Amino acid sequence: MDTQQSLTEKARHIRGDIVKMLYTSQSGHPGGSLSCVEILLALYYQVANLDPQNPKMENRDRIVLSKGHACPALYAVLVDKGYFPRSDLWRLRQIDSHLQGHPDSSKTPGVDVNTGSLGQGMSIAMGIALAARHKKADYRVFAIIGDGETQEGLVWEAAMAAAHYKLDNYTVILDYNGLQIDGSNDEVMRIRDIVKKFEAFGFECFKVDGHDVDAITQVLQKPVEGKPKFVCCRTAKGRGVSFMENQFGWHGKAPAEIEYLDAMKELGIDIND
Amino acid sequence: MIKKQSLRVAYGEALVELGHKNDRLVVLDADLAHATMTNIFATEFPDRFFNFGIAEANMICAAAGFAHAGLLPFFSTFALFGTGRGYEMIRNSISYIQLNVKFGLSHSGLSVGEDGGSHQSFEDISLMRGLPGMTIFVPCDPYETRKAVFAAAQIDGPVYIRVGRPIVDTVTTPETPFIPGKANVMREGGDVCIMATGLMISYALAAAEQLTARNINAAVVNFHTIKPLDAECVLNMAGSCGRVVTVEEHSVIGGLGSAVAEVMAGNTGAKLRRIGIQDKFGKSGKPEDLFNEYGLNSENIVNQCTELISRI
Ligand SMILES: Cc1ncc(C[n+]2csc(CCOP(=O)(O)OP(=O)(O)O)c2C)c(N)n1
Ligand SMILES: [Mg+2]
Repeated sequence: MDTQQSLTEKARHIRGDIVKMLYTSQSGHPGGSLSCVEILLALYYQVANLDPQNPKMENRDRIVLSKGHACPALYAVLVDKGYFPRSDLWRLRQIDSHLQGHPDSSKTPGVDVNTGSLGQGMSIAMGIALAARHKKADYRVFAIIGDGETQEGLVWEAAMAAAHYKLDNYTVILDYNGLQIDGSNDEVMRIRDIVKKFEAFGFECFKVDGHDVDAITQVLQKPVEGKPKFVCCRTAKGRGVSFMENQFGWHGKAPAEIEYLDAMKELGIDIND
Repeated sequence: MIKKQSLRVAYGEALVELGHKNDRLVVLDADLAHATMTNIFATEFPDRFFNFGIAEANMICAAAGFAHAGLLPFFSTFALFGTGRGYEMIRNSISYIQLNVKFGLSHSGLSVGEDGGSHQSFEDISLMRGLPGMTIFVPCDPYETRKAVFAAAQIDGPVYIRVGRPIVDTVTTPETPFIPGKANVMREGGDVCIMATGLMISYALAAAEQLTARNINAAVVNFHTIKPLDAECVLNMAGSCGRVVTVEEHSVIGGLGSAVAEVMAGNTGAKLRRIGIQDKFGKSGKPEDLFNEYGLNSENIVNQCTELISRI
């Protein structure tokens, strides 16, 4: 198991790869990628049972990035885990790259479910969890969703089913950064007390600092019986690059050269690294 | 004169202009106002703009509600989420009773580019064309986009305006007529008729120009309205040219090519080729690179026209 120290370092390097990827492809979503780095690190390094050498291992835990636009973060983590070479990152979103603008399970090793249309990933993940129980398989399913994404009715249809079927092999992780495309959640469409909502739907709920890998890990490892789990991770959109932090304008915009250089400097990453 | 503009900007600006003329106009979006450009309207008329968050199904039924209450709702999101996720809401809550709801959906087709196949809609025209009474406009440039918005407001019933993302050259003028259901002949020619729509118009015009070097006179017709289709024009041009090539940034299944084939079948002996997405999904890439790979360029139009003419 990796130490907190090395995971903090990893987070910094993953953020560097995200920024470099977006700069290179000149398109993509920095804000929501930078906000879910620690969530992915907790899952991929501390919690999930996975084998990068055998991405389709039958009893692997499934991780579904329902907020698919944040896939640059996922791709950087998959590289670090050894699923495919790092040089692939610099072909993000280019013609014939296996790294699509949104996760594509038919193209990218390590991606279990294709996402991009918000709401669907959380529901598919629920279906996988239900199927696992039906097959008497013991793997777990984790779905990472955005706060704006919870405005989709489908999210609540999935939540209802997960509790109804008492899916204790199913965990929904919320990247609670407070922002979406047109502004803050509160301005666009208030989602009010999201934790209470999941509680009312029948989930066991937890709140945690979404940039503290150990804290996320602890909560993810807490056993819960007879209920699905909901983990609300308080995060900052654009985390780690000060001029992107908490700015909804950085949801889906690639950095220009000067912004790229500033970001890499702030992250302390050599651009030739 | 506007030289270059994105259709989505033209759409947002047209809504503002319409808003000043018609106080029943309300605009709805689903957390994409910064992408569909309804944010231009939101800034000008904050009280008449409603953001529903990332909840397309609810937004579409809410638009139906506005129409039931006698207002004139225009809703916007990406073409895929509007016609795809919202299909059954549009079908049952709007189209079924010919409710007066308009929707301008952006980011249609392959030109979405880098976002990839999950966001590129090649099926939206097909989905909407199957709905009885639906009017479908596919504007080719900023001027036509503006006219489509105003024409939609004049029609009593549902109208889909397909809006593209990229910045494009203008190919029409403010004076070019825009009569719903009436195609515009943009170039005369007797050897082959290129019937195109939307962003493909400029490629069709370029192809016709290139064909002159091969001594081929190609007509170019702009089908800005896919439904109701100008059947009279299709049959006239098929009759005079004997060969038809359709071009669209959409699947050849269910789009302009299908609509033209349906009119031609049994009514003319003219030959037909359909250029468009050949029963495939999209993928990430720069729009221009994707256009070339999927054959949406003037070179392919030239080749298809030439081949069709060389066939006996
Ligand atoms: C069904 C659907 N509607 C709209 C979009 C366009 N879209 C992409 S990201 C986004 C905002 C997401 O906000 P949030 O879930 O809070 O994600 P984060 O802040 O973590 O980036 C929207 C509206 C989409 N991808 N899918
Ligand atoms: Mg958010």
